[in-house]
Amino acid sequence: MTDLVSIRRVPLMKAEHRRARAEEATARGVATVAGWTVVVLLAAVTIFLLIQGLPALTAQPEELPLGVSLLRLAPPLLFGSLWSGLLSLGLAAPVAIGVALFTTQYAPKPLARLLGTITDLLAAVPSVVYGLWGLTVLAPLTAPLGAWLATHLGWFPLFAGEASATGRTMLAASVVLAIMIMPIMTSVVREVFTQAPTEPVEAALGLGATKWESIRMAVLPVSRSGIVAGAMLGLGRALGETMAVAMVLSASPLHVTGSLVTSSGPGTIAAFIAQTFPEAHGLELNALIALGLSLFAVTFLVNAVARRIVSRPSKGIS
Amino acid sequence: MKKDTTTNSTTSIFIRFATASAAALAMAASLVGCATNETQDTQPPSTTISSASGQTSAAALSGTLNAGGASSQTAAQEAWRADFQNANPQVTVNYDPTGSGTGVTNFINGGYALAGTDTAIASDAAKGPFAACAPTSGLVEVPAYISPIAIGFNLPDIASLKLDPASLAGIFTGAITTWDDPAITAQNPGVTLPSTKITAVHRGDKSGTTANFTDYLAQTGPAAWTFGSVEMWPQSLQGESADKTQGVREVLASTVGAIGYLDASQATAMGIASIKVGSSYVAPSAAGAAATVGASQQESGRGSSDIVIKLDRTSTDPSTYPLVLISYLVACEQYSDTAQGQLVKAYLDYVVSAQGQQAAASNAGSAPTTGDTTLDAKIRAAIASVH
Amino acid sequence: MSTITQVSLRRRLTSSTAVVLMGIAVAAALVPLISLLWTVISRGVRRFDLAFVTQSMRGIVGAGGGASHAIAGSLLITGAATLMCVPLGVLAAVYMTEYGRGLPVRVITFLVDVMTGIPSIVVGLFAYAVASLFFGPGIRSGLVASGALVLLMLPVVIRSSEEMLRMVPLDLREASYALGAPRWRTIASVVLPTALPGITSGALLGVARIVGETAPLLLVAGFTDSMNGNLLDGRMATLPVFIYSQWQNQGADASAYSNRAWTAALVLVLFVLALNIAAKAAIRLTQRHKGQS
Repeated sequence: MTDLVSIRRVPLMKAEHRRARAEEATARGVATVAGWTVVVLLAAVTIFLLIQGLPALTAQPEELPLGVSLLRLAPPLLFGSLWSGLLSLGLAAPVAIGVALFTTQYAPKPLARLLGTITDLLAAVPSVVYGLWGLTVLAPLTAPLGAWLATHLGWFPLFAGEASATGRTMLAASVVLAIMIMPIMTSVVREVFTQAPTEPVEAALGLGATKWESIRMAVLPVSRSGIVAGAMLGLGRALGETMAVAMVLSASPLHVTGSLVTSSGPGTIAAFIAQTFPEAHGLELNALIALGLSLFAVTFLVNAVARRIVSRPSKGIS
Repeated sequence: MKKDTTTNSTTSIFIRFATASAAALAMAASLVGCATNETQDTQPPSTTISSASGQTSAAALSGTLNAGGASSQTAAQEAWRADFQNANPQVTVNYDPTGSGTGVTNFINGGYALAGTDTAIASDAAKGPFAACAPTSGLVEVPAYISPIAIGFNLPDIASLKLDPASLAGIFTGAITTWDDPAITAQNPGVTLPSTKITAVHRGDKSGTTANFTDYLAQTGPAAWTFGSVEMWPQSLQGESADKTQGVREVLASTVGAIGYLDASQATAMGIASIKVGSSYVAPSAAGAAATVGASQQESGRGSSDIVIKLDRTSTDPSTYPLVLISYLVACEQYSDTAQGQLVKAYLDYVVSAQGQQAAASNAGSAPTTGDTTLDAKIRAAIASVH
Repeated sequence: MSTITQVSLRRRLTSSTAVVLMGIAVAAALVPLISLLWTVISRGVRRFDLAFVTQSMRGIVGAGGGASHAIAGSLLITGAATLMCVPLGVLAAVYMTEYGRGLPVRVITFLVDVMTGIPSIVVGLFAYAVASLFFGPGIRSGLVASGALVLLMLPVVIRSSEEMLRMVPLDLREASYALGAPRWRTIASVVLPTALPGITSGALLGVARIVGETAPLLLVAGFTDSMNGNLLDGRMATLPVFIYSQWQNQGADASAYSNRAWTAALVLVLFVLALNIAAKAAIRLTQRHKGQS
């Protein structure tokens, strides 16, 4: 990089050189200001949440939602958020990658465009509508499946407990979440695959690799970071989702269970905030904000782990 | 590399982005004011219900009244707002259905000039201060929306059932698990009850409906219901939860064997339980709800304009239906902004008038507060003090 | 000889297995998606009429009325948010990938990461608290709502733009440097145009993320029956809040309310469809202009 720039500097005349330096400085300045604006904005939100959330930590349990202390309230809800988020991610990620591969590498142009438009459209369906669909269409469909699983595979922790008669279980909720986050993941992963350089693919094909081998060797490795980014954006949406979860999931907020089929599933933080906020007074509000803040920690941990897994070949380009 | 063309294309991308966004904004802006049912002049639109114009000489009213709070009142507020705005085209009334807690908080800090709440303001908070009110102003709090809560259920071919408080408590605590439980069949001779499992649905969100339902159970059957009167369903009970009234309604509609509590106006196309009052069984009705309120005492220790009803659900009079929700409207006695005060007074006058209560009854299935003459007189006196 | 065909057969089998798996993935994605779209369309057409897009809900009880006020509000609020967020987000991504290094980049990365999963209602609370500091309690304004939406949209725009910028091959930049182009020129005329389709797609995702947002809008933009074209002052209805209120608070004639809710959902989907088509057409146009660069 540096040697490139020095090569470039040699033939310049002095005035032009100065102008070029000024332009460069302006461009760098604009980008830097944008970067710092983002820092200030997002940091302001974090600080606001910290200030608003702190009073709830020292509050008496009877002043807080459900009459329990924050330490009793937060962990089950965090578990619920994480559990539903990971389940939906596990369901959506393979599908999203498959769809993205298919549209970029296999499908003819018009079909690819159609698939792309359909998935992009679904990213915009409001979560209330996903909730309605989950409540009225999906949950009744999963009810018999849940009952069957509970009867025949009840020894397995995932299907333990009494099956819900309505189907409004963690199973239905994570399927709805998976469908909600699938479009955003597909879209990001698709763009990443499109951007992947084609020469290595052609080279691999030329050397006699099959189509799949060329993808595995030349497309997937360079796209790893982008795939993870898409997955994290999807997971973020799942963790922060309120309306759809509130409508589809029958939850008992203080209850921790990994079972997918009971009607007393764990609640999620976002849904709990949405369901409690309208009628909250005083310190209850602070407690809800503290709950929102605790989600930060989880999101950060998951993202940090993901970034470590990727360990990007970063800085190579700058 | 054609440097110049690519640079141009980058610049043109940004120009295009800006142009497209500006065009979209301009289009949106040009749409504004185009709502064909809204008029710019003082003439009320021709399609409106003109009956509302019969109220007080409010022709000169103008301005915006921002209110919000309990979502239970939304359908009633919609009817009131529509009539009031049609009678006073220069007035805009807004009601944010954000919930009672948010409504009261916003009223205290001056965000709302008028708030709706399902639970009366606590008596120490009722002393003020309130940001929108004049410094010495008292509080006006009146019951504006009285609605029966129905026990709905889904059992094929059974349109009504008789249930006493103890069996209701048993069903909702999980002590009674099937529909052919002796506790239910004993009360319903002649009805063939299936052995279907009972799915008791409660509200997953914090709500005034839950508070009134649990209060009913606590007052009528404290032995079977030990959880008191709570806005959020007791966590130790677990069970099937659903979000808001519509969530309960959907579950009841789609699940055979389900039972739940919800606003009576939304309990359509399902079986409705009659609950035991004295020695007879009573189905939900507006008249029964009004009778319960009429038979209840006013809560003491409050200002003369702070009318809070202490619902007595233990009446044995079969003309009452004790499972009732009251939603209040909260206003200042004296506003620091007199124009705002006039507007609130005119709106409240309309809300508690016979017409207003009738409008709410037809859109929201509520029980008119005008049904009980003593209560009606008290409410009107309280509102007369608003200025 | 025989080993070669055997290996080749196995490899071919793997390859076709991959195709079959992809086909399954596409089917698994399409079935629920089509079911959902069908639900929206079939229930949405019931009130999809002229009155719906020309009338507001002012003075309407029960059946009738429309969502013109909510459509206008959604366009204004989402438009303003996009206008603020996309340039900021893309520039921040440029800063992260091209200029910045060390601590600031790590701070942005951290904040963007944690902000992706923030419940939207919490952002609404933040926007409301900040706005009430300046404008007093009870502030309701379209622009403040746009501000809240910017915060929700930023992580999506930054993270996707960042990935797209990183995907631009090193050789392209080196070629540009070799031709004597300074760095900002390389970014403006090589890196950004190459990444443009991806960035646009990220921006669209961001719009999609916020256009259906309910909770912060109910909190900050409030709820009204009437048309309001002023972003700076007063309540403004939006489609998601309209859907929410029509669904959640039904009057005696319940079907009138739920029909309006579904039609509003259909309008929202059509709006995003139009936006997608327009954006993709714009990209294709610029790509064609640029030719093979």
